[in-house]
Formats: sequence, C-alpha cells, structure tokens
Amino acid sequence: MTSELNKLSVSEARDMLRKREVSSREITRACLDRIAEVEPRLSAFITVSEREALEQADAADRRLGSGDAPAMCGIPIALKDIYCTRGVRTTCASKILENFVPPFDATVIAKLRAEGAVFLGKTNMDEFAMGSSTENSAFGPTRNPYDLERVAGGSSGGSAAAVAADECLASLGTDTGGSIREPASFCGVVGIKPTYSRVSRYGVIAYASSLDQVGPFAKTVRDAAILLRALAGVDSHDSTCSARPVPDYEKALTGDVKGLRIGVPKEYFVEGMEREVKIAVRAALKHYESLGARLVDISLPHTPYAIGCYYLVATAEASANLARYDGVRYGFRAESENTDELYNRSRAKGFGAEVKRRIMLGTFALSAGYYDAYYLKAQKVRTLIRRDFERAFTNCDVIVVPVAPATAFRLGEKTADPLTMYLSDIFTISVNLAGLPGMSIPCGYDGDGLPIGMQMIGPAFSEETIFRTGDAYERSRAQAKRPTKV
Amino acid sequence: MAIGLEKYEAVIGLEVHAQLLTRSKLFCGCSTAFGAPPNGNVCPVCMGMPGVLPVLNRQAVELAVRAGIAAHSEIAPHSIFDRKSYFYPDLPKGYQISQYETPVCKGGYVELPAKDGEEPKRIRLVRIHLEEDAGKNIHEADGSLVDFNRSGVPLVEIVSEPDIRSADEAGAYLRALHAILRYADISDARMEEGSMRCDVNVSVRPRGTEKLGVKSEIKNLNSFRFVEKAIEFEVSRQIEILEAGGKIAQETHLWDPVREETRPMRSKEFAHDYRYFPEPDLPPLRIPPDLVEAVKSTMPEMPAERRARYVRDYTLSPYEADVLVAEREVADYFEAALPGLKNRKAAANWVMTEVLRAIRESAKPLAEAAPKPAETGSLLRMVEAQKISLNAAKTAFAAMCKSGKGAEATVAELGLAQVSDEAAIAEVCDKVIAAHPKELAEYRGGRDKLFGFFVGQAMKAMGGKANPKVINELLKKKLAG
Amino acid sequence: MAEKKISLEQVRHVARLARLEMSADDEARLQADMSSILAYVEKLNELDTTDVPPTAQVGEAGTPIRDDAVTNHPAPEEMLANAPARQGGFFKVPRIIE
Repeated sequence: MTSELNKLSVSEARDMLRKREVSSREITRACLDRIAEVEPRLSAFITVSEREALEQADAADRRLGSGDAPAMCGIPIALKDIYCTRGVRTTCASKILENFVPPFDATVIAKLRAEGAVFLGKTNMDEFAMGSSTENSAFGPTRNPYDLERVAGGSSGGSAAAVAADECLASLGTDTGGSIREPASFCGVVGIKPTYSRVSRYGVIAYASSLDQVGPFAKTVRDAAILLRALAGVDSHDSTCSARPVPDYEKALTGDVKGLRIGVPKEYFVEGMEREVKIAVRAALKHYESLGARLVDISLPHTPYAIGCYYLVATAEASANLARYDGVRYGFRAESENTDELYNRSRAKGFGAEVKRRIMLGTFALSAGYYDAYYLKAQKVRTLIRRDFERAFTNCDVIVVPVAPATAFRLGEKTADPLTMYLSDIFTISVNLAGLPGMSIPCGYDGDGLPIGMQMIGPAFSEETIFRTGDAYERSRAQAKRPTKV
Repeated sequence: MAIGLEKYEAVIGLEVHAQLLTRSKLFCGCSTAFGAPPNGNVCPVCMGMPGVLPVLNRQAVELAVRAGIAAHSEIAPHSIFDRKSYFYPDLPKGYQISQYETPVCKGGYVELPAKDGEEPKRIRLVRIHLEEDAGKNIHEADGSLVDFNRSGVPLVEIVSEPDIRSADEAGAYLRALHAILRYADISDARMEEGSMRCDVNVSVRPRGTEKLGVKSEIKNLNSFRFVEKAIEFEVSRQIEILEAGGKIAQETHLWDPVREETRPMRSKEFAHDYRYFPEPDLPPLRIPPDLVEAVKSTMPEMPAERRARYVRDYTLSPYEADVLVAEREVADYFEAALPGLKNRKAAANWVMTEVLRAIRESAKPLAEAAPKPAETGSLLRMVEAQKISLNAAKTAFAAMCKSGKGAEATVAELGLAQVSDEAAIAEVCDKVIAAHPKELAEYRGGRDKLFGFFVGQAMKAMGGKANPKVINELLKKKLAG
Repeated sequence: MAEKKISLEQVRHVARLARLEMSADDEARLQADMSSILAYVEKLNELDTTDVPPTAQVGEAGTPIRDDAVTNHPAPEEMLANAPARQGGFFKVPRIIE
C-alpha cells in the first residue's frame, strides 16, 4: 500500500489523513521514494528538500493528531523554483540566482506553511519563467513523463511533470502567458491560472508583473479547487491583490452544467492545428451538449494580435523586473574592476540566452523614440483584446478552447527559432492579457499517447464556474489516466 | 553685478527633494530613523530582493497633498507611479519608483518675500511628485560600500518653472520653500542632513530675448549658500563661453564646495534614457476630494499669509516680517508674546534681536534658548508701563535665558525696577546740583551740553533705575533756576 | 538576407542600457532575433488604436495603501547573508563609474 501513497489525490489524502488512516510521513516518504526513482530520467526538480519535508510531515502528523487539520495539512506538494522559500535555495532556474537563499517566504508559501503543507522541493522551469518548454533552464530540461524525448511544456514544466509522474500530490506553478496551462496540457494534469489579482504575487519572482499569476497543478479539478482556496485572498504585501472573499470552490463542484452557455470562438479552431487536438476538443464540446450545456458561436477577433502584444508588454516589464540582478546584494557576481564591468559581465554571464533576448526586446520597446510605437501600441491592443472577452461574455458563461495547437513537441524542436516557440502560446496568452481565469484539463490522448488539454476561460472571478465546468466533464467522461512512461 | 549681467539674463529652475516626515518608508514597514547602523533599517522590499512588492504609505500621500495645498497646486484625483530605470549600486531594484506624466500635484507657486516697496514675486511650480530615495554609497580607495538604510525613504520632488533670475532669488525661493515645508510639518527640510536637497538647472540668454539657452544641471548642493555660489559660478562660466563665441554643452555638473566651482559629471555619450513606464505593482493612486478637504482643514497659516498679515496688521516692514516668519517657531513665539502689548513693532524688534541672539549664542533650539514667550511678553509689558528701562529689560532677559525664571521674579531679584517717584528723584537732583556749583554756573552761562552731565550724575546716583523721562523733566526745571 | 528591423548600432545601444556585455556574435544573433520578432510585431499596426486607451493593469486592487507604522525589525545579518562581497555591515562593490 505504502508504495502507492504518492498516487493519491489531495482530496483522498486529506480525508485519509483526517481519519488517521495514513500519516503525512508515510505519504511524504512515498513521494520522496518516487522522486529518487524517477528524477534521474525526468529532471522535474532543481532542489529536493528531503530533511525539511520529513520534519514538516512529522509536525503535520502531530497537528493532525490533535484534531487540527486544515485542508492542506500534511499534503506533500512541489513548488516551482520561482517561489521564495525562507532558508531553501530559490534559483528561478537561473545561474544568476544559483546560490540565492531567501530570508523570507512568498505569501502563498507562508499560507501553505501555516496550513501545515509539506514542501518536497523546488521544481524546474524556464529561466525566470521565460519559455514554453522548460528547455531554458540553467539546470537542463525537464522531460515529459509520457515521452522522455519530448518537452514537459513550460515554463512550469517541472511542476506539471512532477504531478503527472506522481512525485507529489500537487504542485504550484505560475502563469504569465500560459506557463501553467500549457505544461498541464502537455503532461495530462489539471492546471489553473486564476483571475489576475486573485492570488498574492508577493515573494513570487517577477517576470511580467501585470500578467504573472500563481496557480496550482493537480490530478483532479477538485484538488485544484482545494488548493486555490488555500492560496487565494487579500495580502497586505501585495497592493494589486484583490480583497474579494474567497469562496469554498469545492462547493461549486455540483456536476451540473445544464443551461451553461459555452462559447466557442472560431479564432481558436484554425488552420495548422493538430487534427487530433481539434477532434478531442470538439468531442468534449459535444459531450457538454449531452450534459445539457448550450454551445454558442462567439468571436474573439483580436486573437491574432495577442502574441505580438504579449511579447512587447511582458518583455518591457521584464526588462525592469530583471534590472535588480546586478551582482551587488545577492546572486552571481562576475570578476570586475569597476561597476560597469560588474553589471555588464554579471548579467551577461548570469542570464541565459532567452532571458537576455527578452530583456533586450523589452528595453528596446521602452527606449526613447520607440515607446509609443511599441510599448504604448501594445498596451492599446491589450485594451482591444480585453474588450473582445467582455463582449463575448455577454453571450456565454465560459469559453472552451484547446490549450495549445499541438501536443508536446520534441526536445530541441523549437529552440533554434524563438518566434516559433512564442507561437505555441497562441491560445493561452490572451487570457493573461485580459487578466481572466483559465484552466487546462485533460481531454484525451493523441495517436502517440500524448495528452491533449482543453481550456476553459471565464470572466474575472468566475473560478467557481470554471471548476464546475471542468469537474462535470471529469466525473462524467472520466477516461482512465494512462500510465506514464517514466 | 557680475561681468556680463547687463547683457545676459540668467534663467534658473530648481528641483528640490524633501524627505517626508513619516515613521516608515514609502513602500515598506522599515524605519526612516536617522543614524541606524549600516543596513540596519532594511528588509527584502527596500533591498529589492526577488519577488517583493511595494505597498504605499498613506501618510506619505497625505504629506504630498499637504505640500500641494501649501504650494497652491492642483491635487490630481488620479495619478500613477512609474518606474525610472537606471543602474547604480545604491539603487536596489535597478529602477526608482517615481511619478512621471501624472504627478500627485500639478502647478502652483511659491511666493517670495517682497522687497521693500515691491510686490511679492511668485515662482511657479511645474509639479510636485512622490518618489522613493536611493541608498548611500561610501567611496573608499578600493571600491565603494553600500548602505540601503535610506533606500525607500519617501520624498517629494518639487520642480519649479525656470522663473528664477538670479542666485539671490534662488536663495530666497529655497528659504521660502524651506519655511513652507517646515510650517506644514511636511519635512524637517534640513539640507545638512540631506532631508532637503537641491539640483539646479541654469541657462543664460541675451536680455530681451525669450528663447531659452542650453541649460546645465548642477547636483550635489547641500546648503543654501552653495546653491547661490554654484549659480553665480555657473552663470559667469556660461556668459564667458558665449562671449568667447563658444557653445554651452548640455551637461550635468557637480558642485565642488572646496574649490567653489562646478565640474562636468557625465559625458554626453551617456545621455540618459530612463525608460519610464507605469509601475504595474501599484494600482493608480486615487485622492478623493474629501481627503483633500480633510488635509486642508489641518493646514496652518502659511509663511506668505503670515508675512502679509504682519505687514498689514502690525505695521512691520516686509523685511521685519520676513525675518520673523522664516522659522515657524520664531513667528509663533512672537505672537505668543504679544497679548497685552501696544507696541508690536518693539516686540518684533525684541524677538529679532534678543531672542534670535539667544538662539545663536546658545546654539540651542528656541524652546531651550529663550524664556517662555509669555514671560518675554510680561517683560516687554513692564517696559511699556515704564516699570523698567529698556536696558534693564535686556539685563533681565539675559538672566532669564540662563535661569529660566519668570520676568517679575528676575526683575525683583536683580532690583531692576525703575523709580518714577518724583519726590525721590527731585531729592537726588537737588543733591547733584548742589554738589556741582561750577558746572551749574557754566550751564546757566550757556553751555547747554552740560545738561547731559547732570542727567548722568543723577542716574548714577540712583543706580540707573530712575525713569529717565522724569529725571529730564525735573532737571530742566531745576537747572533753569 | 531579409531587411533588418534594428541596426547593430541600436543593438549595442540597447545592450548598454540593459547592461549586458556582448560579443560581436551575440550582437549579430540578437540583431537577427530581434529583427524577426519586431517584424512579427508590425502586425499590431494593422489595428487603428487612435482612440483606444492603454491597459496597464487588470484585476482589482485590495489594500493598495498601508498605515505609516514601523513593522520591520532590523535583521542586518539576514539581509547581508547573500552578499557577494561585504565589509562589516556594508555591501561592497568595485570602483563606481559615475
């Protein structure tokens, strides 16, 4: 039995822990064993904090023994290495933060710690969350558990792969342009990017501040709902974080989608999409109809402009966010005789190629003479994209689309041309620009046995609807999760 | 007038940074207290650690609004913060959170004290905005040491229009601004401690022309005197260049207080591109009208209004009013001493000479250097009632400054009360006249000058306490015979 | 070779602003990459945005302001623990170029 405890869902583990049928130490041990077994092939983790995890598990067991059992108490999870964790190295998959040990916890980490969650370690990612494949990591790529020659997606590839490979019960990622939803789709797990401002960003290393959002990876929609409830809520350290009360998302999982108006935008079923992806999502939409939902044709006409808009807004913000890595107070410092060399060399040697490319693009977009033509233009286009969704949601309650035009691609397939890589985010990026919630759930496999994901997008703060929609599909059309190949 | 000033006119604008009087920093809960050990008042936020976010200090916003109200600015109901990007070791995030296109206060003016016989001049403001301070670099032989205690300390930057025409006027503007900031409890505005700093933009143009010349910016000015000297130096330097047929380069200069000259700081190729853009980590700053009204209701009378009132109601000269008003505590002192006094001008003179001297000589703050204003008022009332002479009052005041005792007690203790009893004085006068028959004869013979001699003798005989007016009258009569 | 949207000179200028040391190879590669991305981004100019206000932020703020209270306790050792170089309580950097 013990050997299978790592395969539990969060809700199963929570109920068993509360009934004292199993200890947190046993589940944690099972996860650590699984990590030891698969990591040499998978590389989902940058840092495994075994000692701390076992201590946290024991503390959780004591707490559970005293009858005090918050939802996440004793649940072993993995954290994208973008979350500042007090006393545990936090690298953002960059050489520039290779030895950085934060003296503070991110707000969401502090919240989970207070609930008694167990942190197994820090997962691999694209450096500073810039990428769609986790190949831009200073620690090497994470591999897809369904095909070790393929990418896990990115930027939160490590967190997605760790859940898919049952190295943990759930994990945290971040999503700036699809960095939770795309790897969730590639690895066949559930991943939600909540409404912008729903979850605190304090202590989450910034890539693009107006787009970044925290969210969970989980094995089921229910688990994602449990996790989001633990993460969300106002924070006195983040003035952009919403004060709205956090609903009990689990209560929204009624299984009932009768009368639900599902928007189907024509711009998301385009030429060049993989046939099997289209078929799988169409089949899911048909299934929703059979459950009593109504499909509504909608249009999001500015979708083709989203990637251009995103790569100006995100890189501009990134160019400033990453200016703090200067070798003065923390992080990598190159040999230098003066401060010019200190900055120029530390940053040149500390950042990887993609990060430098985006810093350069963002710096250019903000520079004198180009601000209006690039940055300001992009901000205006962002308004148009936001308005597309506002209009669409007058006719529907939720939009269901594919997460990505294709399933997981091969390692190295898109690294040569950055633009090709950027284009794989075509279906996820608009959601960030508009600040909306979006969730990826598995909806089948392609001919190679690779998972396909579908995405549900809702109006701001409609996470309950999204969870209800995803859960209704999951419980009525549950395909057996195929075993991974790791 | 410096060489060339009959031909050229200086055009000067000032950028003043003032530290706001808050307990904590602009975006985090670190203390702003002066004098902590290096990096003793820092946290992940003001150190620019990865992932941190700013949260705005309410008090800093209210103080900026106060500054705007004091300077007659328009308070923006909606303003945003921007990131200003540049690299420097004391700037932890690689950008400063500041305000660019939408400052919290727009426009306004600072009124300079009028010169006697002239209307007061107004220096218009472009804007007042909120921003965070940087840390401090300490230069050593083999590198620099960085302390982030000041990083994130709240500042307002007050930018003037180029309305200033001379070094003197720049000094007057700074003094007026200094008074405003201190009056309204916005900043303690101490240039020597760095809580008020000044950058100067200077250009010159031929008199009678409108087009602005190429300006240079002077930094590192930490006293009013240096600002004036640097402007004088820079104006002369620019005029010399133009007269020699040269061109002014748009550069930043550092003031060297030892050599008393400016020298260029950054070469032209390093022209700055700060890449301002809206700070995504802070929501727009909304200042509702009721907040502005609430702040307005707590504003004290400002220096310009007070100056005008002193001239109007107390018939002080603009100069006298300006001296009194320069520091709020001095003006408050003056007014607290006034009740029951008829001669306000005399009271003003007293404060300007005796009280300011006491502060200067003791090098202590007013509250410790001088007696309570009520006691000074009481002393001055005794002079008005002719109970003591002006000289006796000065003696008493000096003693009161040291002892802290009241006016009545000090006058009694030192026996300074003035004798106005005619009978007693007449008796003394008679004695003096009797003792000096020779002088009496000469006086009566026409040597009028000797009158002073008799007054002196009588005063001396009475230990200096006699009412001089009574002595004069009696002696006049008696000597006439 | 396709038309370059950005010159090598511009690449060098941007690299100087961004404080990134670059070899000639780096510069050439970035010129190519940035040019192709900027060419792609040209697409945005198909849209007339004359009367469209910019969006800088989405979502809704919770507590955008805090009271003026000192809530941090000095922990200089913790704050200095990651310093690449320090001297006493100070961070140390090489000679500063003004």
